[in-house]
Amino acid sequence: MQHIISLLMENESGALSRVAGLFSARGYNIESLTVAPTEDETLSRMTIVTSGSNEIIEQINKQLDKLIDVVKLIDITANGDHIERELMLIKVQADSSEKREEVKRQADIFKGRILDVTDTTYIIELTGEGSKLDGFIKAMDKKDILETVRSGATGITRGETCLKL
Amino acid sequence: MELSGDDIFTQFLKDEGVEYIFGYPGGAVLHIYDALFRQDAVKHILVRHEQGATHAADGYARSTGKPGVVLVTSGPGATNAVTGIATAYLDSIPLVVITGQVTSAFIGSDAFQEVDSVGITRPCVKHNFLVKDVKDLAITLKKAFYVATTGRPGPVVVDIPKDITDPHIKIPYEYPESLELRSYKPVVEVQAPQIETAVDALLSAKRPMIYSGGGSVLSNASNELRTFTRQLGYPITQTLMGLGAYPDPDPLNVGMLGMHGTYEANMAMHDCDVLFAVGARFDDRVTGDLEQFCPNAKVIHIDIDPASISKNVHVDIPIIGDVKQVLVELSNAIIASKREPDAKALKNWWKQIKEWSSKDCLRYDRNSALIKPQFVVEKLYEVTGGDAFITSDVGQHQMFAAQFYKFDEPRRWINSGGLGTMGFGLPAAIGTQLGNPDATVACVTGEASIQMCIQELATAFQYSTPIKVINLNNRYMGMVRQWQEFFYESRYSQSYVEALPDFVKLAEAYGHVGIRIEKPEDVEGALKEAFAMKDRLVFMDFITDQKENVYPMIAAGKGHHEMHERELA
Repeated sequence: MQHIISLLMENESGALSRVAGLFSARGYNIESLTVAPTEDETLSRMTIVTSGSNEIIEQINKQLDKLIDVVKLIDITANGDHIERELMLIKVQADSSEKREEVKRQADIFKGRILDVTDTTYIIELTGEGSKLDGFIKAMDKKDILETVRSGATGITRGETCLKL
Repeated sequence: MELSGDDIFTQFLKDEGVEYIFGYPGGAVLHIYDALFRQDAVKHILVRHEQGATHAADGYARSTGKPGVVLVTSGPGATNAVTGIATAYLDSIPLVVITGQVTSAFIGSDAFQEVDSVGITRPCVKHNFLVKDVKDLAITLKKAFYVATTGRPGPVVVDIPKDITDPHIKIPYEYPESLELRSYKPVVEVQAPQIETAVDALLSAKRPMIYSGGGSVLSNASNELRTFTRQLGYPITQTLMGLGAYPDPDPLNVGMLGMHGTYEANMAMHDCDVLFAVGARFDDRVTGDLEQFCPNAKVIHIDIDPASISKNVHVDIPIIGDVKQVLVELSNAIIASKREPDAKALKNWWKQIKEWSSKDCLRYDRNSALIKPQFVVEKLYEVTGGDAFITSDVGQHQMFAAQFYKFDEPRRWINSGGLGTMGFGLPAAIGTQLGNPDATVACVTGEASIQMCIQELATAFQYSTPIKVINLNNRYMGMVRQWQEFFYESRYSQSYVEALPDFVKLAEAYGHVGIRIEKPEDVEGALKEAFAMKDRLVFMDFITDQKENVYPMIAAGKGHHEMHERELA
């Protein structure tokens, strides 16, 4: 099953490669990985989307926690109620009035925003859970998709549970 | 005190109480070597290859319990050290390895002798550091020692660019007495409910088994393990890494377990109903086929590393903590419970174990006209009175040493169990002897392994370490040959060494004493003669039976109850 694991790490050079190296060395799946600084400049926050049996997920959590640079970690999925978001920018062919209307209509349905318009293309911004972004891609005519870029998932637990020091 | 980086380095080692540093100079560490020249608190041991430095520091660490310290240069110095770092990593040995690095401004430019040491060593260290500012040097070294020696120990690499140790840049230095890392908390409180649950399971057992590993040695828990085991009267088996924590011989000790463990230990593992694993990590050489591992057992596991719990085998009752502390708490809790083990069940269990023991699974042909390697180890045990540090390399001789030398104290058996590094034994013996100057140290090796770090015979001469090398010379890579005999229809592909040096002359060329022994009746006399030479390294070349195999054996992927045994005529 898919799990989202969030970590706070020392903002040191090489910290990212320790995590990436752990996943490749131990043969764990890594579906996406995002990392960015936090309001505390000594820490960065990483979100990893991975998948595996319960035993493997448990090992992944423990092995991540064992990394000296990892200060704190939470398995957002295992922790229950949470919000997951991913950002996608998608560039599609929009070179006829029918296509332009159709893309606009779909973007509205998915609550997307059109960020850029040319004579022949649209760039749409979409946020949501991964499955929603997948849904939008499916709704587009495959041959009209020129380019997609996805941020990878980030997530946060609902309520009072927090990942902070 | 104002010091430059190179002097901070040596002053720090002195303040940290470092006795020896094992190393080899080179361009990137020349400032440091100049600083070493200016002081005499820290003794530098010059090896002949950086791999030797790491193994020597490792032997020092294993035998003394103190961290081993290594100093090598950038590039090839660092890459040569990697095998030794990985060896220490797999066996959780505390090492601090300092690698020189090219000047900061040149990093990333493919400079002369530049390699990304932090990147290369990352998968085989507990942690590593690149020092970016001389102001961080002392605290980084402190962190390295702290991380290496606490929790589950392991090697830590500190990569120091040459400009950091520039003798012209002075900064204030103060030894950092203590430190705290917010991201690393090695001390854990033992959970009381887990202790209670474990005591209940232990005392309800009908067929209990204690399985102790290297963690019992690393945690210095030998006394606690003895008290605990004798308190219950339960059978105990030890892993290759754990030998000596519980004494051998002893009525409760059923010998080593695993691929070349005893019949009684493996059968008892297979049939036990409660398995008490202490500081052991369920390595594949111990468990065999995981599907068939201890099929009826409730598993209790003590380990300081949470990631070891349920990694290979599902654990029913995990106890995270330092083995020593947990054993004390368990012993106390057993007394407080006012309960006793099930005496009747235990009697039956011991009866069964005695039956298995009666197979005499370690038997070998004692009437052979050829020297049997087992016989040499038995005589080694007799001649040293069991009072020696034994290092080994990797292969058949390692198993014979583990099976036939009876270790009654921890830290006496020094071998590369996890990584299985040929070439480990001789440099490890040098480090062991330096750490234990008055002790008897022997290296049980084979003619293939010894040649992987043979150059360290020169180091042994330079520092007058009177090691006794027991070379079990069968002219084959014995364990490879054994597997080829069993699993490749005796096609001995590349396992026969066509050309061997004359080891006696070789030893002499390095300034040592060499003896060749070719007949069983000469074994004891030669050993006595060698061990009487207290101040000399004696290289004993025992010409042994070429086709001897290690028994019993569980083939890879088989269960504990599926052992091959020796058939004797």
